Amino acid sequence: MGSLRVEKRLAGQGDHPWTIPHTLSEAFPETAMDAAAVGFVLSRLPRTNAPVLWIQDRLSRKETGKPCLAGIGTARPIIMVDLSRASDVLWAMEDGLRCRSLGAVIGEIWGDPPVLDFTATKRLALRAEAADTPCWLIRRAASADLSAARDRWRIGSVPSAPHPHDAMACGLPRWSLDLFRSRRIKPGKWVAEYDRAADRLYLASAFRDGTLAAGDGQAGQRAAG
Amino acid sequence: MDRQGNAPPDDIPLVLAREGHHGPVIHAANRAARQNGINAGARVVDMRAICPELQVEFADPAGDRAALDRLVIWARRWCPWSVRDGENGVILDTTGSDHLLGGEAAMLVEMETQLSLLGLSAQLAVAPTWGAAWALARFGPVRSVCGPDEVAINLGALPVTGLRLDAETMLLLRRLGLKTIGAVMDVPRLSLTRRFVKAKLAANPLMRLDQALGKQPEPVASVDAKPRFRVQSRLAEPIFDPTPYLPELCENLCETLKQAGQGCRRLHLTVYRTDGDVSHVDVATSASTRDPAHLHALFRDKVARINPGFGFDLITLEAGGVEEMQEAQHRMDGSADDDLHLTRLVDRLSAKFGPRSVTRPMLRESHIPERAEGHVAALAALAETAVAPARERPLRLLEHPEEVRVLYAVPEGPPAQFVWRRQTHRVARYSGPERIAPEWWKDRPGTRLRDYFKVEDHAGLRIWLYREGLHEDGRGGDPRWFVHGCFA
Repeated sequence: MGSLRVEKRLAGQGDHPWTIPHTLSEAFPETAMDAAAVGFVLSRLPRTNAPVLWIQDRLSRKETGKPCLAGIGTARPIIMVDLSRASDVLWAMEDGLRCRSLGAVIGEIWGDPPVLDFTATKRLALRAEAADTPCWLIRRAASADLSAARDRWRIGSVPSAPHPHDAMACGLPRWSLDLFRSRRIKPGKWVAEYDRAADRLYLASAFRDGTLAAGDGQAGQRAAG
Repeated sequence: MDRQGNAPPDDIPLVLAREGHHGPVIHAANRAARQNGINAGARVVDMRAICPELQVEFADPAGDRAALDRLVIWARRWCPWSVRDGENGVILDTTGSDHLLGGEAAMLVEMETQLSLLGLSAQLAVAPTWGAAWALARFGPVRSVCGPDEVAINLGALPVTGLRLDAETMLLLRRLGLKTIGAVMDVPRLSLTRRFVKAKLAANPLMRLDQALGKQPEPVASVDAKPRFRVQSRLAEPIFDPTPYLPELCENLCETLKQAGQGCRRLHLTVYRTDGDVSHVDVATSASTRDPAHLHALFRDKVARINPGFGFDLITLEAGGVEEMQEAQHRMDGSADDDLHLTRLVDRLSAKFGPRSVTRPMLRESHIPERAEGHVAALAALAETAVAPARERPLRLLEHPEEVRVLYAVPEGPPAQFVWRRQTHRVARYSGPERIAPEWWKDRPGTRLRDYFKVEDHAGLRIWLYREGLHEDGRGGDPRWFVHGCFA
């Protein structure tokens, strides 16, 4: 199978802020066309070369395009599944979570389909925890109603960091992260700055909270406490 | 004369034509035509002059070849090795099979009978070598049987055409006065070697002679006929749902596959309906397998699509795409191989949603962003040739670039303000341009170049924007602006 050979070691341990079992998380982009949520999800995936199962429904694909391999990088292989209905997306996600060799499962569902109710998210969450595989639902144009997702993020782009050499250009991307509901860590709001080259996420509190200003590890520990 | 299998009357001269260099030429002629002096290779217009009542049909060489291929398989009733010989022959290796049919002569009679029942006339011969059989069947006596010692004698009287040589060599031999195979045999071997030492097989009478006489081997490489793995279950009464029978069928099939050391890539489920019709369901796997539970699960949603009619009383399950499969070594700690799980996942998804929806993106060598990515089957082996572009690329790419309306254009750089999807974006910062020229070896001549900008609007949305064309570049009107993707 060539480069799809799986090497899934104990990922996400050590320098990763959140060293807890992988589970279902939801990401709500603030505007539909905002790629910040995708960037954040990708930055959260464990650093393995296990393949990512990426499932899109039709509206997400038509409205917001497809993941671009040249931008994401080829470090991990991606298996794309292009479906049309939300129920199919949920089916494929559940089926993917039965497979232990995947590095992550990412599903994109547009709007609020009736099948995506509390029961469906509960099933996904239980399966993700049983398989210890990170599972992300990217929900565009959706309302954050009842859901069993363990973490629920609202993510948007904010003006980027200043570029070190060029005042007119965009620097490192900055995102506003709003963890508005979580079962495991204390919810909060941050502004994150993502360094793609180092694959590090620097967090800063959106509010002037002195304990959070010291760096990403501190922020993670504080949020975990 | 229609192509419905109605043979034309024998007394009408009929020829098949094919396209030649100077108009149609005769491909084959029936007996009446041959008696009128019409031979293959002549031009149709010339032959029309000789024989005005000539009927001409166009030949179908591909169809003939396909029919002959089917006949090759059909001829396996007499012996297990058969192969198509050129455009108009079948070679059977009947070694050890003839006594089952009462000897070689009786076997030829039997073959001719069976072929004539199919509506075919045949010229048959038995000989120890391929070449001798070829020559004897075409130029020898009817149903000639040639023993191992008589090859040289039997071949000697035949015309030199029987050596399977190309037209130029035939002409050469005829000019040399060698009219029969015997005459070629009488030429000293050294002279033939000297003359044809560099000639290819089809132009080398010496090699062809050696093949016919058995001095040079020419084995029958039978077209591959793998054993068919097939199980069936015959039912006492017609039923409408094959689901209860599937697990057992899958298990039996996998057991036979396992005994043969094979795995399959496809499964064909066929139900034979009582009204004489059959229905099929096919499933495919991405790696060869013989796991009954997995194969059974692939049929999960598909059996419902079978149209049962008035019920069916016979179910067969046949393995397709059979290939060698080694017993996979499971890991020492008892957990299964990871790859195996992945192939099963891909199979399940492909079986439910169709193989086209489960793909793997891969990079391709192209500067045009939408061409830089291709999709292959999810588990296809990749040739890791393409490298990611050095410049930054967005995380999301729109399927089709969307045109934006520019409100405030500036001469250099991106527009200061533009409307995209009914939202006004004010450009705060930008980088670029990155110029991507059309790929002249692929694009149409009028294609315009693109200048890509990464722009950030006042709200922080980072968009990949490009201008198509330049002012006054002579390839259309004013440049147009498009959104192509989004950065994180």
